[in-house]
Amino acid sequence: MNFVVCIKQVPDTHDVKINPETNTLMREGVEAIINPFDMYAIEEALRLRDRMGGTVTAVTMGPPQAEAALREAISMGVNTGILVSDRAFAGSDTWATSYTLSKALEKIGDYTVIIFGKQASDGDTAQVGPGVATHLDLPQITYVRKVEEIDENRIVAERLLETGYEAIESPLPCVMTVVKEINEPRLPSLKGKMAARKAEIVTWGAADIEAEADKLGLDGSPTKVVKVFTPPAREGGEMLEGEPGEIATQLAEKLKDIIIEAAS
Amino acid sequence: MSVDPIRVIDEKCVGCTLCTKVCPFDAIAMDERLAKIDLTKCTVCGACVEACKFEAIEIREREVASQHDLEQFKNVWVMTEQFDGHIESVTYELLGEGRKLADDLGMELCAVLLGSDIESKAQALIARGADKVYLVDRPELAYFSDEPYANVMIELINEHKPSVVLCGATTVGRSLVSRVAVSVHAGLTADCTALAIDPETKNLLQTRPAFGGNIMATIETPHHRPQMATVRHKVMQEAVEEASRTGEVIIQEIAEAILKSRTKRVDYVEEQESTVNIAEANILVSGGRGLQAPENFEVVREFAKVLGAGIGASRAAVDADWIPYSHQVGQTGKTVCPKLYFACGISGQIQHLAGMSSAETIVAINKDPDAPIFDVATYGIVGDALEILPLLTREFSKILGA
Ligand SMILES: Cc1cc2nc3c(=O)[nH]c(=O)nc-3n(C[C@H](O)[C@H](O)[C@H](O)COP(=O)(O)OP(=O)(O)OC[C@H]3O[C@@H](n4cnc5c(N)ncnc54)[C@H](O)[C@@H]3O)c2cc1C
Ligand SMILES: Nc1ncnc2c1ncn2[C@@H]1O[C@H](COP(=O)(O)O)[C@@H](O)[C@H]1O
Repeated sequence: MNFVVCIKQVPDTHDVKINPETNTLMREGVEAIINPFDMYAIEEALRLRDRMGGTVTAVTMGPPQAEAALREAISMGVNTGILVSDRAFAGSDTWATSYTLSKALEKIGDYTVIIFGKQASDGDTAQVGPGVATHLDLPQITYVRKVEEIDENRIVAERLLETGYEAIESPLPCVMTVVKEINEPRLPSLKGKMAARKAEIVTWGAADIEAEADKLGLDGSPTKVVKVFTPPAREGGEMLEGEPGEIATQLAEKLKDIIIEAAS
Repeated sequence: MSVDPIRVIDEKCVGCTLCTKVCPFDAIAMDERLAKIDLTKCTVCGACVEACKFEAIEIREREVASQHDLEQFKNVWVMTEQFDGHIESVTYELLGEGRKLADDLGMELCAVLLGSDIESKAQALIARGADKVYLVDRPELAYFSDEPYANVMIELINEHKPSVVLCGATTVGRSLVSRVAVSVHAGLTADCTALAIDPETKNLLQTRPAFGGNIMATIETPHHRPQMATVRHKVMQEAVEEASRTGEVIIQEIAEAILKSRTKRVDYVEEQESTVNIAEANILVSGGRGLQAPENFEVVREFAKVLGAGIGASRAAVDADWIPYSHQVGQTGKTVCPKLYFACGISGQIQHLAGMSSAETIVAINKDPDAPIFDVATYGIVGDALEILPLLTREFSKILGA
């Protein structure tokens, strides 16, 4: 069975700071990491491979430096990394991104389960996984917190809902997006690190995946960013002081109206 | 022709570095006193174009192959979210916002209602401002299932051609509309916190946070219809109910084949703890590692009970197994936007703040006066949460007469 994970390189939010002068994000020197949710996707793919046999392929669409994300995935045990990269992809929104990834997946061909993180920490859209499923006309199980069963033809997985969870059965191949609860990602092994250093990363451009030019990048993206701005900073708060009992009374007085309204 | 979406016109660039300073993505550098855009980092957000005083940066016009005939698309749609026949409050928030948009556009507000034995709920949507309700009442739609729901939506959109489609940014909403938008080739903006109509172009302006709320982006869909958006819970005002309002219910016939699903629900388990869905709660009381032990989480639960609040947690509390993951607030948990948020024994690391810093009022209780949570708190209390929470529980039960 061939398990494919789609991973994205994102800036580490630990390091993202606002420049107080210009009020913009300071990304200089910010480390690029694998999107946190995608670490769970990688781990789950590895576990499924270990259970069922087969291979794990990691795919990322991004700039040449995103190769580092693929090497990291390989150091965890992923078999192959594919970098989908082309200047023509610049300016892609989720429509164009999911189209591009789906073309790469078509080229890979024999996938059994395609696994995504729930969402990327920069865009936070959670749209790319279901988007790829739609382009490829595959069934999907989103927000998966546990894979219960898998055999040659089907998978049963638990999807996290706001009110609890449900178990969904899907025929294979299918698309899954995973949440953090699903597993604990492993650390790279020494052997993995060696493999990662030596691994040859396959790179595909727009022509390799036979993508239609008008569906890529800016032209293929229905949405257009018209403005980017920093949200107004939160007003400096008020510190309540005094004995605990006094503080409680003060706070109750301040929040009275909000609480009564919210409770009604 | 260049495929590059954005370029610097070298003859106009004076090397002033204004653009490098405003670029939120650190994608512009100076090279021999000329700005150079790194296309691998650039998201074509346009911040530099706006900042440049010399009109030296240009975004290329899109070449749109299959431009939709925009005139054909009319009305503002709201996708109803129902659970067991109960309409979720996010739907009423969408109707409140949708009504304003529809009025600005001089269009009708329509609700789409999918479910089983659900016809009786149509009037509730009309009472909250819908002019029309498109109703598909079928046993296959009793609960949310990705494919039939998406296929029905696609069918309805292709037939009636709405201009705007709004949906809650919930598990169900996000799973559903992502499929629909790809199929009908629509633009989809996730997790919006503000919507407006551009007075000139009449396009929908969709504003949303990115990078865990560190920046905001306003997005539009100039050449495609419908303009689709998921909207975050609790940021829009619920439509006021007016029981006597009248509207039209359109019962939609759907071919059997469209209702087929390849996936099948084999089990559903309601979670005990989540008596209140944390994304829907007006008030959330969250506990972190500062509570020190699982049994101490009880003080949070008791306080929440008095307030009728939902219970949230930091990742540290979830990882310690004090409370299920579905209660985790933050970057790898849920994003919440309640009216009132209590952070008890939570340090306020950026990943936690990403999930809650847009709450209207934030109260932080922490032993450490330097904890970063105080930077976002409306009211800060330096002290022991285990001591203060029971006192608050007592004060608030007095107020609420419980
Ligand atoms: C990729 C990634 C994703 C993450 N995603 C999330 C996420 O989604 N959500 C999330 O919450 N975190 C997330 N984290 C973790 C985050 O960085 C913090 O580690 C976490 O939020 C800390 O939880 P905490 O505030 O409960 O614990 P701590 O940071 O340990 O803070 C405990 C606080 O309690 C205070 N305290 C101690 N005793 C008391 C007392 N008796 N009364 C009052 N205060 C007391 C302390 O002063 C301290 O400030 C993520 C981290 C990474 C790397
Ligand atoms: N450029 C990309 N390359 C590969 N996978 C991606 C890319 N963008 C998003 N994904 C995948 O889609 C998921 C959801 O991303 P998003 O819809 O952007 O929130 C991520 O967790 C990744 O698994």
